[in-house]
Amino acid sequence: MNRELFIQAIYLASSILFILGLKSLSHPDKARLGMQQAALGMVLAIVGTLFHHEIVRYDFISVGLILGTVIGYPLGMFVPMTAMPQRIAISHMFGALAATLVGIAEYHGYAGHVPRPTMAALGFEVLFGALTVTGSFMAFGKLQEFITGRPVTYRGQNAVNISLFGVAIVLFVWLVVRPENPVVFFAMIGLALLLGVFMVLPIGGADMPVVVSLLNSYAGLASAATGFAIGNNVLIICGALDGASGFLLSIIMSKAMNRSFGNVLFGAFGAPPPASAAAQAKDLTVRSISPEDAALQLGYANQVVIVPGYGMAVAQAQHVVRELASLLEAKGVTVKYAIHPVAGRMPGHMNVLLAEANVPYDKLYDMEQINPEFEHTDMALVIGANDVVNPAARSDPSSPIYGMPILDVDKAKSVIVLKRSMNPGFAGIENQLFYEPRTSMLFGDAKSSLTRLVGEVKGL
Amino acid sequence: MELYVFVLAAFVGYQVITRVPPLLHTPLMSATNAISAISLVGSLVLAGANRDSLSNWLGFVAVTAASINVVGGFLITDRMLKMFRRGDAKKGGGAPPLGPGAPAPSATPAAKTPAPGGPGR
Repeated sequence: MNRELFIQAIYLASSILFILGLKSLSHPDKARLGMQQAALGMVLAIVGTLFHHEIVRYDFISVGLILGTVIGYPLGMFVPMTAMPQRIAISHMFGALAATLVGIAEYHGYAGHVPRPTMAALGFEVLFGALTVTGSFMAFGKLQEFITGRPVTYRGQNAVNISLFGVAIVLFVWLVVRPENPVVFFAMIGLALLLGVFMVLPIGGADMPVVVSLLNSYAGLASAATGFAIGNNVLIICGALDGASGFLLSIIMSKAMNRSFGNVLFGAFGAPPPASAAAQAKDLTVRSISPEDAALQLGYANQVVIVPGYGMAVAQAQHVVRELASLLEAKGVTVKYAIHPVAGRMPGHMNVLLAEANVPYDKLYDMEQINPEFEHTDMALVIGANDVVNPAARSDPSSPIYGMPILDVDKAKSVIVLKRSMNPGFAGIENQLFYEPRTSMLFGDAKSSLTRLVGEVKGL
Repeated sequence: MELYVFVLAAFVGYQVITRVPPLLHTPLMSATNAISAISLVGSLVLAGANRDSLSNWLGFVAVTAASINVVGGFLITDRMLKMFRRGDAKKGGGAPPLGPGAPAPSATPAAKTPAPGGPGR
């Protein structure tokens, strides 16, 4: 009894440290210390658990912990910041895998005699856990690009997905009513695994921020369900924190794209673009600019706003961007960075990349902060961003992205867009911005274009 | 009772997380991921209990998967947070190289490994 009390006290302390850790993330200066406290909370929880009365053998535990550390250390220390989205996606898989396996073992341990409330928790745990395992793996594959990043769609896809989900729910209910049938249990797991694959298949690259956040939430909910199943409060608390965080992030991401959850999950963005928009663009011409002229314009501007997008991450151009910014600042130009909430492949992706390149965080501006500033901006430098600066979102109700909040770069006095080619971006949406009279295009790989710009600015 | 805890925790989480700026959304994600690896607690009991070998093996894989997230998750969060710095400190030239060697910060998460392993033997 005393031992149980001791463990509960430790769990309470861990939970408080976790909440304080998350609270510290409200400010970048305090965040690091706060998260180190949270890590301490985790150590406490692990040590406390080892005093659990049921634990009698330590061979599996120690080998598992060592193996996990050996695999986890490089995943923590050596993964480049550009690969962060897939790194996070795969970690959701690990989390969900742990929850699912615990669920299976618990079910197995009851040998069919599961009380109904426990069965409901276990069912929920393995259902969401298994779905997250394959879903996250698919997301990982798409982000790592060994599975196509384009939406994979076929006729009747939504009907298939919805009926799969429906059958899974029926099996879940059946299990709660008649828990003793392991065939149903494993059929449900198999179905959930399939569902995870099918759910992520139709989702394209630019929708990844929503999906990664949603999977984050599912992984958390699976952990919380584990807590219900084994009656452990610290698991319930952490799972709820994770679930709330992922849910909140997916709402923020959906809002930033002006789409509903349902639309992201079921409204695959792969439909061909309306012919009118594409045809319209044919008559227009783009102005391309040489690095010399671009450097001249940049060097004599008062304020430059840099708009990074996924293209910057792909080209790994964040360091050159900062180099260019430093040069401009040395010439007395004010440089700011405009970050759209869904720029990149996960929430906050651009911020991390720029922070890695030593851009101070007080120069990174959110959409709401920077939009009023474009009017006083001499030059907006768009690096590998497309949909998030497409004015059609404001003006063209027939555009698939109509209504999505965008960065108002077209209000700047002039715009330079760094782009690989004139291929339209994701889902083939034409971008009117590129044809505006005040826009010039600097074609080529973002990194080499920027390197040439740096060279030219140095020579000014 | 447990539902009560869940709802309360979700509420606290909502309150705390709405205050995280978009600037730190990626670290937030990796942090919550590391924290939710608390399912390690459940896996440890399975791996160490004297039930049957299937439970032990399932527990073993679960311990491995969860501790990957604990170690990797806290390390990568720390690595990211270390990079966020204010501008007025010193601008320009002195860009410190970001080696993976990370001397001091790794102390906290690295301590995790020996700690649980210790009482085990």
